[in-house]
Amino acid sequence: MPIDPQCYHEQMRIYLDYNATAPPLPEVVAAVNQAMTTTIGNASSVHTFGQQAKAELDTARTSVAALLGAESSEIVFTAGGTESDNLAVRGAAEALEPAGRRHLITTTIEHEAILNTVRALERRGWAVTSLPVDTTGLVDPDALRAALRPETALVSVMHANNEIGTIQPIADLAAIARAAGVLFHTDAVQSAGKIPVDVKALGVDLLSLSAHKFGGPKGAGALWIRRGVRLVSYLTGGRQERSRRAGTENVPGLAGLGVAARLAIETLPHREAVAALRDRLETNILASVPGTVVNGDPARRVPNTSNISFEGIEAESLLIALDLEGVAISTGSACSSGSLEPSHVLRAMGLPTARARNSLRFSLGSATTADEIDVVVNVLPRLVSRLRQLGRPSAAVR
Amino acid sequence: MRIVVAMSGGVDSSVAAARLVEAGHDVIGLSMQLYDQRHGAESFGSCCSLDDLHDARRVATALGIPHYIVNFEHEFRETVVRNFVDEYAQGRTPIPCVHCNSTLKFAHLVDRAAGLDAAAVATGHYARVVFDEDRRRYVLRRGVDAAKDQSYFLFGLTQDQLAHATFPVGHLTKSEVRAYADRLQLAVARKPDSHEICFIPNGRTADFVEAEMLRSREGSDLRKTDAEDLRSPEASASGRHPDEGDIVDSAGTVIGRHHGLHRFTVGQRKGIGVTKPQPLYVLRLDPADRRVVVGSKQELGARDLQATGVNWIAGVPPAGPTRVTARIRHRHADAPATVISDGDGLASLVFDEPQLAIAPGQAVVFYDGDDVLGGGWIANRAR
Repeated sequence: MPIDPQCYHEQMRIYLDYNATAPPLPEVVAAVNQAMTTTIGNASSVHTFGQQAKAELDTARTSVAALLGAESSEIVFTAGGTESDNLAVRGAAEALEPAGRRHLITTTIEHEAILNTVRALERRGWAVTSLPVDTTGLVDPDALRAALRPETALVSVMHANNEIGTIQPIADLAAIARAAGVLFHTDAVQSAGKIPVDVKALGVDLLSLSAHKFGGPKGAGALWIRRGVRLVSYLTGGRQERSRRAGTENVPGLAGLGVAARLAIETLPHREAVAALRDRLETNILASVPGTVVNGDPARRVPNTSNISFEGIEAESLLIALDLEGVAISTGSACSSGSLEPSHVLRAMGLPTARARNSLRFSLGSATTADEIDVVVNVLPRLVSRLRQLGRPSAAVR
Repeated sequence: MRIVVAMSGGVDSSVAAARLVEAGHDVIGLSMQLYDQRHGAESFGSCCSLDDLHDARRVATALGIPHYIVNFEHEFRETVVRNFVDEYAQGRTPIPCVHCNSTLKFAHLVDRAAGLDAAAVATGHYARVVFDEDRRRYVLRRGVDAAKDQSYFLFGLTQDQLAHATFPVGHLTKSEVRAYADRLQLAVARKPDSHEICFIPNGRTADFVEAEMLRSREGSDLRKTDAEDLRSPEASASGRHPDEGDIVDSAGTVIGRHHGLHRFTVGQRKGIGVTKPQPLYVLRLDPADRRVVVGSKQELGARDLQATGVNWIAGVPPAGPTRVTARIRHRHADAPATVISDGDGLASLVFDEPQLAIAPGQAVVFYDGDDVLGGGWIANRAR
């Protein structure tokens, strides 16, 4: 008879890993459920079922466009942030390659969805410039100006960083690219739904977002493509999404994305509450745990993110110890399967490997409470001092 | 009691975890990531080790215990892999598993466990550890299943390490372990045993060692000058293999050439590359002049050996000559011998009867019945 795997999972849990994924909002769950059970048609079908599905997508598209200050015809639905990034970078590359534009510019702190896509182009003979960042994770606009070449096809700079939350001066950077006649893409996966994101104010040409980072379902996202920008779709198939993204649309997921976008518009003005909780967490940790320091730019960052180094601690161990206490956080990107290389973001900011190895990311969200923050602040000093008492972090080798 | 189980994804450590859960312990599964998993990331190559991590996770889920992957890539490379390659380069035949146990599982992993408030680390080894009340110390004992006994790989554990070690399947036979896994419907119940060195899953040890030696050579070339070329100008000029050397008989007569000592093990018969009327065996590997010494089966036998890096399980060496049975490789039936400690981690051992293929680099482990008295590394034979 199998063992009953119950007790461990019923523990009280505090979720502070919203940058990995945000729990779906109840309205989103209802919308997905509704679409799944009643909107059963294929949005490409001519009949009534198809028309209902199409209408569902239209509603969602309007909401996403409203979130970005865009036209709904400029929104291409995808299966998430990674696909949006791929479509933007590969799509622009393929469109501009015949004209001999085989250079692109990105940064050293992008998400893997950009970094590895850019590497794939590099293997195909593209030239790539990776802009450095300063110690707070910010890109210098002058560095972009200097990196532009006549053959530059695309600049891709993330809006907010997933690990440290630093917000780049996208409007400044995009203006530089625009003046040089170069396309500008921003990965707004960690900013959309968390802070106001207006494509006109930013002045970009392409923008990626992902539903599950702001309360939508996983597996749904969008790429905003400025009207007139030409991409080549790398996914071949049917003519969905105006031939820009083949494949039957994920109607339930996209309906959920639409609802999440609508709710984000409604709640964006009230995001100071999250910032206040984040600051409460940060202030109290810095005060009660010696040897702690905040990574990133303390002012120019998304309101929900705090990245803290704990001197002398293997972050991996503290993460596990916290999880055993019911507190879910992360050491950085959730996407590198299991492997704990020192964060490429913190390394790019010039932090020593040791400090990069002992940093943890706390990311809060709409459901986070002050009580939860206080529990975390209470439990941390004990765990940290226990781990520090070991005193031989991984150097002792006979 | 909170116990960390080192879960490899195999049936033994899975059942070890299950037994502890059934005994009511607060069990945490940790799987060690020991080498880079990302080679297959872009080309979809199958990767056995990722499958193993997946299996460990599935078992942990079925048992309802928390499970984490801990990254020991750096430690593994710096200790286990480096030692493995260095040993081969010096004409020895290493056993990486012993180092992995002594320096990773029962050192780094115990540290991690302590950081999680766990009292002990459990593994799926077929061995037993018991506390001897009379002598107030821990005893390391063979597993109940003689065919699966793994005490040989654990001779390096100290009293402190044994105090934090537990082997929940050491009292079971392999078939009992499989039956137990079956009863709990664990997904790994029928998973085949692994026999290979985990970081060389295709079994091509020589290729692995060569690639690693090349890596370290290239690394050192960046720091030093062309010392390698200065040392053997003819080798680089002719494009010959840098590790080439002579194959000689026991009288020292050159009878052939070889492409590197790391391709040979003492006692090896196949693949020597020299044909003689009677079968030839590798007798000795001489790293100083890169010679492989070969000879007849009779010449392969020896009665005595020296051991270095000796660990005595009791913490202190026995006083005077001690009658033991000694095992000189994992698959060797231990044979009667007399061992005496020479101090400073050294010991001398004399078998009652000559033993074939005493290979430097392998472990020699001393037993008193089922109890492990200690063990060490077989030293190079004095010439």
